[in-house]
Amino acid sequence: MASAAEIAEQAGRQDVRNRWLLTTPALAIIFLASIGPLFVVVLYSFLTPGPYGDVKWEFSTDAWVSVFLQRDIFDDTLGIADAHLSIFLRSVRLSFATTVLTLIFGFPTAYFIATRSEKTQALWLFLITIPFWTNLLIRTFAVQEVIRNEGLLNSFLVWSGLTSAPVQILYSDWAIAIGMIYVYLPLMVLPLYASMEKLDFRLVEAGYDLYATRFRVLRRIIIPLVKPGIIAGSILVFIPSLGAYVTPRVLGGGKQMMLGNLIELQFGAGRNWPLGAALALTLTVIVTVALLYYVRYVAEPERRHG
Amino acid sequence: MPDKPDRNAIEVRSVSKIFGTGDSQVAALDDVSVSIRENEFFTLLGPSGCGKTTLLRLIAGFDFPTDGQILLYGDDIAPLPPFKRPVNTVFQSYALFPHMTVAGNIGFGLEMLGKPKGEISARVDQMLKLVKMEALRDRKTSQISGGQQQRVALARALAPQPKVLLLDEPLSALDYKLRKEMQIELKRLQHETGITFIFVTHDQEEALTMSDRIAVMSSGKILQVGSPRDIYDRPAERFVADFIGETNFLTAKIASLDGGKASVTLSSGKNVAASVPEGRTPSGTVTIVVRPEHARVAKGDGHLVGTVENVVYFGTDTNIHVRLDDGTAFVARQQNTRSGSGGHEVGERVGIVVDDEAAQVLKD
Repeated sequence: MASAAEIAEQAGRQDVRNRWLLTTPALAIIFLASIGPLFVVVLYSFLTPGPYGDVKWEFSTDAWVSVFLQRDIFDDTLGIADAHLSIFLRSVRLSFATTVLTLIFGFPTAYFIATRSEKTQALWLFLITIPFWTNLLIRTFAVQEVIRNEGLLNSFLVWSGLTSAPVQILYSDWAIAIGMIYVYLPLMVLPLYASMEKLDFRLVEAGYDLYATRFRVLRRIIIPLVKPGIIAGSILVFIPSLGAYVTPRVLGGGKQMMLGNLIELQFGAGRNWPLGAALALTLTVIVTVALLYYVRYVAEPERRHG
Repeated sequence: MPDKPDRNAIEVRSVSKIFGTGDSQVAALDDVSVSIRENEFFTLLGPSGCGKTTLLRLIAGFDFPTDGQILLYGDDIAPLPPFKRPVNTVFQSYALFPHMTVAGNIGFGLEMLGKPKGEISARVDQMLKLVKMEALRDRKTSQISGGQQQRVALARALAPQPKVLLLDEPLSALDYKLRKEMQIELKRLQHETGITFIFVTHDQEEALTMSDRIAVMSSGKILQVGSPRDIYDRPAERFVADFIGETNFLTAKIASLDGGKASVTLSSGKNVAASVPEGRTPSGTVTIVVRPEHARVAKGDGHLVGTVENVVYFGTDTNIHVRLDDGTAFVARQQNTRSGSGGHEVGERVGIVVDDEAAQVLKD
């Protein structure tokens, strides 16, 4: 026989189900803002490009074919689309590097903040969020100012005699990586801080007490316990990095394109909306696969061997 | 009780610990010295903020003394980090690693010491048996009850066979019945393992029932060290007498003094025998203490005379609150019998008879 509490809970759920009408605003938002646009993108990716942008309502798989393959303009044979492939690879490589490096820089930063007194914690968090007050484009140009050949960094290197001539950083993958690390570092620090702030430091003491050295306490106790923060931070950095547009545009000089730039190109100057849509969906698939892999093999390896 | 070897496991030599700087300095420990013998159940007892946990943390290595030495079997360990001290701690909150199983927790210390896997596993099993938790070996620590967590915390701290086990109010989070059970359990574990236990508590009853010796602390100082009986029956200072058990404080005059014994004159003019703290030769007006259960309320005359103000019944005993003729309050406790009604009424004139050897002269 069900207890009174169980019956009451059942009745409560029933009540919520019966009032489904009240959930329509939520459903409307989900359909209009999420599923609807995605559907439009899927639809467009199977249409034919119009001469001045837009789409012609004719079914075609050309867009999907040209995501991966390209037609030789002389003999009409199909080959691997090297340009797209190298852009995919660069995007994944740079995003991965950005995620790893922001984690390496962000972890000690978050630990430092989490171990301050409550008052100073607020101050440090405030300082971390200050860059968000400035427009992304302006911040990116500021990075450009620092790393360009006549910029702060190179002026210093030449003045100090470390190098005889300025080092070319701007318009390289390095420039993009530096820019993205700078832009996305707070997105790594904040979730890391959030989980470190909840960390029970008595567990750290217990680790020391049980003969664990500082490094082992970090590896065996702190890192496993702040894992939710590491996962959240990595996701928050990796996804926008993969679709980054402004940073590679400004710091990569249009030569070192990433997926975001390629997609923009198809919708803009390229006038090939279906290809743009197909590329955008490819990006979505890459993100989804990366996330699934990450959650399964990186985030929860412990569950696998008990 | 087996004989305890007469060797010091821990020697604390004039240790001070000052927190903060400048004007906001707080001395958590003020020139504390104490020796803890090998194989002893030693308790640091005091109210919160008395410095008992600070002293424990200094021995564990989580804090370092501002001044003084801490010797472990003769070696100064004060500058060593906690992971280099053969000392383990049972934390007040247990501090079990939530991402590990029960076995993982217990084996952690051995793993960090680099013991081979087979040895760790065998030792974990042995520990689980010791604390009667064999069935829960592979549970996550979040899936077991508070009392079970307590046992795992104990097993974890005992597994690496530390020279000294430190226990920081380990029973305070348990309910009354479980606490009683764990008190006996702890005593048994100490007996079976032969490890020196240093136990921190603010619960005087816990201290009295479990300890071989107790150090009573207040505001960063150790006031008295002795066996539970010493501390209870022969408190040297007002704070000790007041903190442990219920006590009556009386003003008296020394009438005569003979070694450790004195005869003191009470406010009523009657004399009673009283013990004197070791090495003291008090004179003039002193404070004496008499425990409530060491005094009887009698119809008619006694050493002291007063009026019954209140009669409080609580199961085993009844407390009779008497206002003495000189104005001081006095509590006498008498054991209840099934048939008797106690027999004293509020407002009744009564005499108080102090038992022989019951009175103790305080230092101050």
